[in-house]
Amino acid sequence: MEPIIERINQNKFWHFHGGIHPPEQKTLTSSKPIKQLPLPKQLIIPLQQHIGRQGDLLVNVGDKVLKGQALTQSLNPMAVPIHAPTSGTVSAIKKSVIAHPSGLSELCVFIDVDYKDTWQTREICQDFTQLSQQQIINKIASAGIAGMGGAGFPTHIKVSTKPEINFLIINAVECEPYITADDLLMCEHSEAIVDGIKILAQLLNPAFILIGIENNKPQAIKALQHATKGIEKINVCVLPTKYPTGGEKQLIKILTGKEVKSGSLPIHSGIVVQNVATCFAISDAVINDIPLIRRVVTLAGQALTKPQNVWALLGTPVSHLLEQTGFVNELNDTIATPQVATPSVTSSPVINPPVIMGGPLMGFSILNELVPIVKTSNCILAPSKTEMPSAFDNNSNEVECIRCGQCAQVCPSQLLPQELQWSAKAKDHQQLTKLNLFDCIDCGACAYVCPSQIPLVQYYRVAKAEIRQQQQFDLKAEQAKARFEARKLRLEKEKIAREEKHKKAAAARKAVLNKKSADGSSASSAVAAALARVKAKKKAQQQATSSSENTVSELPVTSNKATETNNESQVASSEKQAHKKSEQKATPIKSTDDKKSKIAAVVAKAKARAQKEREQDQHLTVSTNEKVTTTTADTGDKKSRIAAAIAKAKAKKEQEKQKASLSVNDSEALTSFKSSNKEST
Amino acid sequence: MINILIAILVFGFIAAIFGALLGYASVRFHVEGDPIVEQLDALLPQTQCGQCGYPGCKPYAQAVADGEAINKCAPGGEDTIKKIADLLGVDIEPIDENHEQNSSLGNGPTVAFIIEEDCIGCTKCIQACPVDAILGAAKQMHTIIIDECTGCDLCVAPCPVDCIEMRPIPETIQNWQWDLNKIAVKQLD
Repeated sequence: MEPIIERINQNKFWHFHGGIHPPEQKTLTSSKPIKQLPLPKQLIIPLQQHIGRQGDLLVNVGDKVLKGQALTQSLNPMAVPIHAPTSGTVSAIKKSVIAHPSGLSELCVFIDVDYKDTWQTREICQDFTQLSQQQIINKIASAGIAGMGGAGFPTHIKVSTKPEINFLIINAVECEPYITADDLLMCEHSEAIVDGIKILAQLLNPAFILIGIENNKPQAIKALQHATKGIEKINVCVLPTKYPTGGEKQLIKILTGKEVKSGSLPIHSGIVVQNVATCFAISDAVINDIPLIRRVVTLAGQALTKPQNVWALLGTPVSHLLEQTGFVNELNDTIATPQVATPSVTSSPVINPPVIMGGPLMGFSILNELVPIVKTSNCILAPSKTEMPSAFDNNSNEVECIRCGQCAQVCPSQLLPQELQWSAKAKDHQQLTKLNLFDCIDCGACAYVCPSQIPLVQYYRVAKAEIRQQQQFDLKAEQAKARFEARKLRLEKEKIAREEKHKKAAAARKAVLNKKSADGSSASSAVAAALARVKAKKKAQQQATSSSENTVSELPVTSNKATETNNESQVASSEKQAHKKSEQKATPIKSTDDKKSKIAAVVAKAKARAQKEREQDQHLTVSTNEKVTTTTADTGDKKSRIAAAIAKAKAKKEQEKQKASLSVNDSEALTSFKSSNKEST
Repeated sequence: MINILIAILVFGFIAAIFGALLGYASVRFHVEGDPIVEQLDALLPQTQCGQCGYPGCKPYAQAVADGEAINKCAPGGEDTIKKIADLLGVDIEPIDENHEQNSSLGNGPTVAFIIEEDCIGCTKCIQACPVDAILGAAKQMHTIIIDECTGCDLCVAPCPVDCIEMRPIPETIQNWQWDLNKIAVKQLD
């Protein structure tokens, strides 16, 4: 660290690779003071003006708002609030074209200005050194300060980092042609900027503070040197003019010789970079309690008769600024009648001559005059046809790459622009990532030097957006896959559960059925009893017949005895036969007897079970009856009727059962009687 | 004769050793499942739309690994076919006509949208959604979780009251793509 400071003290700096020296064109505006503009009729304030998320609205249509009043708030740290730039009435909250290359519409708050410019009550802080770090961070956050250099990263996040900071670098380079907003700000408000730097120093406690400024701003350098006199920590580093020295990584490299690795942030190397305009906004917010509601905007280009830097309230339509600086519409050869900002966006015409928001190298042309100034817009460029013919020419003059390699020589990120270009045209995203496309800072140096006039940066922008979208799609696909798998798993589980349930239900049904059959054994037993009866009858008949046979056979025997004793043997044999016969007949009777007794036993068992069941049932009916009676007391007729029906049904069942059992008893009695009869015979 | 025997024995011995080695390796370094299926599945768009005739992307990946045609993924389109062809080392085929996306909304990504006034709460779409992106219950109005919808349009057909339609995803700052034709090239001379 010490050698770095020594080197800086000797005015020796490092170099970054590449860079270009485009015509600066800064003298158009650098000699004129920052102009205060009359208030526009209407302000259009987009809810989101920075990287991150938009806050929740605090105002409604018709509300009166005071200057500095917050319009949104959010608990999300990545959301930055917006404020009313002047007093007036909220006339609409709707979608409107915003400062974005796409020309898409986003939600904006429309404020009808009342020209009174009444401030809300402010708390002016006399001595910011008395404030705690958290207080300062809260003030910065609630003032809605986002990086004013370009990307618009929420400042309170950048300054509330914990690691030890070696260098706080203040970016006062402003390397892009035409733009002199920071230059003028430094000339006119160097004290406030230094206050802002001091506040940042109090927050971050850096070992050294380096202010990087290009040597094409002698006034600003003098002002800063004067303002920082006596502060040892602060070094004003006057750097050679080269584009893009103002790039974060390039500035770090020039001042400290350190290279920020691809994919890492300067904070990881203990470096924080802040823009001068942000420093001014911080001092305004912390000391004067003025939220970020205005900024210096450079209005340049030969299409303007009075190019100048102006203090523009955020939300001022570009048309108002152009009107104030004498915009000449070359295509009509008349002074353009600026469109009055009307609430209806659709009726506003598209500007024919190009108007560029941002610098000539990194800016984008805006498609609608109602586009408002936001926290990151530092320049409105209205070039004439002779000044920038390519802006007027919609046909690209692009020809084939001749592989001269100039782009690779000027690339400040040491990429290979021509390789990137081919891969971008082929949409080879893998190769683009391999070639570190995401280290490209969109500076446009390659396109500037390209002899084939290939709009290289545009290709890279497209490719970057495509890759980002692809990444989003991949993420979405991954989620969809996970959800699909989860669903499949769930369905399978449900299926198994259902099968199990079915099995259980089947088992339960079987059990119930068994129970019922046991229950309804009375019925089956009745059948059995009937069968038994029939059998018994048959047996009785058989016995009767057999006995009659016997008697018949006996009769001849006796007669034979009487008449023919010779045939005694014969008779005996016949007798034997008859006996045998009867025996033979008797055995089946015996077996039926066995069967009968078995049946009787079964029937008895069933009876016993049925009895038990009945008893239980009776219990149940009693209990249900009780329940029913209790419920009838409070729920009226219907239930009682139902209960009565149930009770009736139960009673009927009971009766049937009893009948059945009775019949069983009967049959049993009968069988027993018959069997006794048989025995007697 | 003895030489031949020795040679046979030696080679037999070597064969046995290598056989054992290979056997061991196949057990030791066993890979669960077919890795090519996983790779194919990663290339598919995971809309789970079933337009290929398989119930989801994974089954189609499995089928492709088993020799099914590679040109049946309508949501994936040419890009996916190209990637699959690269992976499998086969020729690129034009997308199957039967499986071409016949959407009148163009090729842009779409999401399903339930016209909530017309929804009768039959839950048929919920059962059809392969990624559980529809919220609702019986006799309650349903709605689509846009962030989870893959735009497979499987829910459109089962709806008895035709209250589901496919809508293109609105263009916002977040998903906007640079259009080279729209933005004139700005360059300082």
